[in-house]
Amino acid sequence: MMSTIEKRRCAGFDLDVQSVRDLNGALHAAVEPGVWEVINPKGRHALAVGLTLAHEVRIVGHAGYYCAGMNQLAKVVVEGNAGTGVAENMMSGKVHVMGNASQSAGATAHGGLLVIDGDASARCGISMKGINVVVKGSVGHMSAFMGQSGTLVVCGDAGDALGDSLYEAKLFVRGKVASLGADCVEKEMRAEHLVLLTRLLQEAGSGAKPEEFRRYGSARKLYHFHSDHVASY
Amino acid sequence: MCGIVGLFFKNSEMEPELGHHFAPMLETMCSRGPDSAGFAVYDQESREGWFKLSLYHPELGYEWSKVAEGLGAVGFEKVANHVLMEVPEPDGPVLQQMQLRWPEVTVMSAGRRIQIMKDMGTPQEVVERFGVRGMRGSHAIGHTRMATESAVTTAGSHPFSTGMDVCLVHNGSLSNHNRLRLNLEREGMVFHTENDTEVAAGYLAWRLKQGKSLHDALEASLQDLDGFYTFAVGTHDGFAVLRDPVACKPAVMAETEDYVAMASEYRSLAELPGVEKARLWEPEPGVVYSWSR
Amino acid sequence: MNPSLRESQLFSRGVIHEIQRAAEEGIYDIRGWGTKKALPHFDDLVFLGASMSRYPLEGYREKCATDVVLGDRFAKKPLHLKIPITIAGMSFGSLSANAKEALGRGASEVGTSTTTGDGGMTVEERGHSDLLVYQYLPSRYGMNPDDLRKADAIEIVLGQGAKPGGGGMLLGQKISDRVAMMRDLPKGIDQRSACRHPDWTGPDDLAIKIEELREITDWEKPIYVKIGASRTYYDVKLAVKSGADVIVLDGMQGGTGATQDVFIEHVGIPTLPALRQAVQALQEMGMHRKVQLIISGGIRSGADVAKALAMGADAVSIGTAALIALGCNHPKWQSDYEKLGSAAGFYDDYQAGNDPAGITTQDPALTARLDPLDGARRLANYLRVLTMETQTLARACGKSHVHNLEPEDLAALTIEAAAMAGVPLAGTDWIPGKGKGM
Repeated sequence: MMSTIEKRRCAGFDLDVQSVRDLNGALHAAVEPGVWEVINPKGRHALAVGLTLAHEVRIVGHAGYYCAGMNQLAKVVVEGNAGTGVAENMMSGKVHVMGNASQSAGATAHGGLLVIDGDASARCGISMKGINVVVKGSVGHMSAFMGQSGTLVVCGDAGDALGDSLYEAKLFVRGKVASLGADCVEKEMRAEHLVLLTRLLQEAGSGAKPEEFRRYGSARKLYHFHSDHVASY
Repeated sequence: MCGIVGLFFKNSEMEPELGHHFAPMLETMCSRGPDSAGFAVYDQESREGWFKLSLYHPELGYEWSKVAEGLGAVGFEKVANHVLMEVPEPDGPVLQQMQLRWPEVTVMSAGRRIQIMKDMGTPQEVVERFGVRGMRGSHAIGHTRMATESAVTTAGSHPFSTGMDVCLVHNGSLSNHNRLRLNLEREGMVFHTENDTEVAAGYLAWRLKQGKSLHDALEASLQDLDGFYTFAVGTHDGFAVLRDPVACKPAVMAETEDYVAMASEYRSLAELPGVEKARLWEPEPGVVYSWSR
Repeated sequence: MNPSLRESQLFSRGVIHEIQRAAEEGIYDIRGWGTKKALPHFDDLVFLGASMSRYPLEGYREKCATDVVLGDRFAKKPLHLKIPITIAGMSFGSLSANAKEALGRGASEVGTSTTTGDGGMTVEERGHSDLLVYQYLPSRYGMNPDDLRKADAIEIVLGQGAKPGGGGMLLGQKISDRVAMMRDLPKGIDQRSACRHPDWTGPDDLAIKIEELREITDWEKPIYVKIGASRTYYDVKLAVKSGADVIVLDGMQGGTGATQDVFIEHVGIPTLPALRQAVQALQEMGMHRKVQLIISGGIRSGADVAKALAMGADAVSIGTAALIALGCNHPKWQSDYEKLGSAAGFYDDYQAGNDPAGITTQDPALTARLDPLDGARRLANYLRVLTMETQTLARACGKSHVHNLEPEDLAALTIEAAAMAGVPLAGTDWIPGKGKGM
């Protein structure tokens, strides 16, 4: 009987030779999860998107837009920076960016874990719907804008208008917050939050101490339109 | 809507290789802007008291010798539908003279070091047409255009000259340029297209004319220009980058000991030497970045 | 009333009432439906039926085909519709599940497609629609890759004719448990959808987004791009450059589930000029008929369909008319409408969630009033009538396929319509403004 490792099909893709279509086509056609290595990504877009199996994909270099978009089950590691919308609309699985991520990292994602070792720029976790995002560096402005659910953990600082028009997403920031967005307020860190934070930091491989973070959430004042809040709209 | 790129050498030994590194940056941005392309190259300074003109006429057979003669140029270099020449007497009078005597000729750029060339066609075609690969210089900025509202023409292509040795490329879409154009026209600025970027360029030129520094002029634009933009500005001895406060339009920077580069997407930086070890970052919204040497 | 009383044109009773309401409530008027303004429209055009110089086709006997293929520019699996009339995007949440099911069944019966909306894909609509277009919206409510792969086409929504530049809106009354769950939102809150997509802005980035969606779906599914009519000439060109297979253009008369009245009445351009500009843009690019154009916004009859096709559309899309076919504003609910301060034929409070016809509501007692099978039958009947009317007009103009209708088959009754549609004023060869481009 073959071992699990042997059963897994291992394949390498050199994007200087093969196309992005070749890569995604092969990933989609696979009937069993496999281990894949992608070299020379050179900022190309839509790498390893729409995966549905528990593949392990290593991208050696910088990825362009929408890397690991709509991921399900797979584990995608970017050994470099990721462009706009990394792991956008992810449903499950794990995406790990070892460098920095551009705008809208984890946008609208429903599940899974996105770990960014460096910084994420503007709109990190915009309209997040259940994803957990751990950024070991800092995040740019309007992060977690309209965040619906899930958790954003920022080990560094957060830019302006953090959590603007926030729904029920949970935000944890260790460093400075440049400013809070409309309807986002600091909230009490309770035991259950520390448990959640501890787990996420652990899963992300961060050494940050949970008690150094502050929690932010929705004041829920914009949940029902009221003319007294018109300045916030 | 477009792709923009910029490359600035900190290390002067790389100057012979400018076109070699810059051409692929421009070509890679074809998908963001297939309609037209253009670039500004900053090469050796003109002789003291002289300055460089980059001129355009759509007809390849246009008789340039009369223009050169009239301007007192010592010869000229023809590159496709553009010509480059050095003329005495810098600044205003020559340009006004051009308008009167050869209204059919467009002045693409004027300055001691700048040369702007732009044309319709894909970036690949434009790069070939002008022989970008063989160009040398200290820095260059470039643009590939997907025309939004104004027509696809050579005149509507970027970069837009904003005065002596200064030019601008833009990715995004301004939302208040029509009113601003009228205001600037009242201030004596002249515009040739309906293009929003030309207004941004005219705005900067106007601020510079008022005696503001480039940095201050860009800072002021944060107040006066509405809409979405990432700008790259070329100057006599450097370049600057600015993103609007919302910062939806992308920009990525790479810096090594030898150069600073910027592009709409990392793909355009991917072939630069040593980029895998470069410091890579995205310009912060509403912050003016500039380099010079 | 004293006959000497004189109503102000400027401050009419309606205007006075709205000022009083605003002063009391401190919130803008939010409503459903579309514009209620009188606008130049297809009614202002007529067909030049054949007689001596052209020969008509025999009704019912001589063939007049109506089929249309959508999305064969890049997609491996384009849509083949039997009729050039599709059902526009309307969300579950805005509409009841029964209404979505009725739309799916009715459309499938006559061989055309339906479209999801802001809120995701329901089992009902997927199960009962042979061809289903999945909308990809700024909010991405309920957006997931499984449903993306289940769809027959993907429609990236940039805007809507009722509100180009605006986001969506669903008031708390309609956020039921199921709607809240599908959208990952707390129940009962006023939900505002974003006006821009969260991970791209502008055509250069849209091109990359389209590439991603094609990669995820292995280049099988047509990608539609839907725009609200405003700067249509440019927007259509940019949609083509971004890589769209199909452009869906929604004119100002397009309906909405809930939007500020000020938006509905004051933003966007009517369907007539938008359609002409879109066709012009496609023709200039050599892409007319290669990138298909679906027009919506005030399509009510086969005459509207035929005129839209003659002006160059490949298909039309209906929303408000489809809801009316299901039973919206039906006189049998007159007493209920009156209780709500409205009347059959006037009801537009789709945002309120208490639609007596059971269509724009999530209230279980009300939704039960719409039998999906009955609704489906009514919609199918209506679509058949639209198709037959379109064929009747096409045959009268001597066409064996409805797509062979041309602008030259039309004349305009008003100068406004002539200018906007680019069709000569009847009896003249005068097209106002012609020669000055758009």
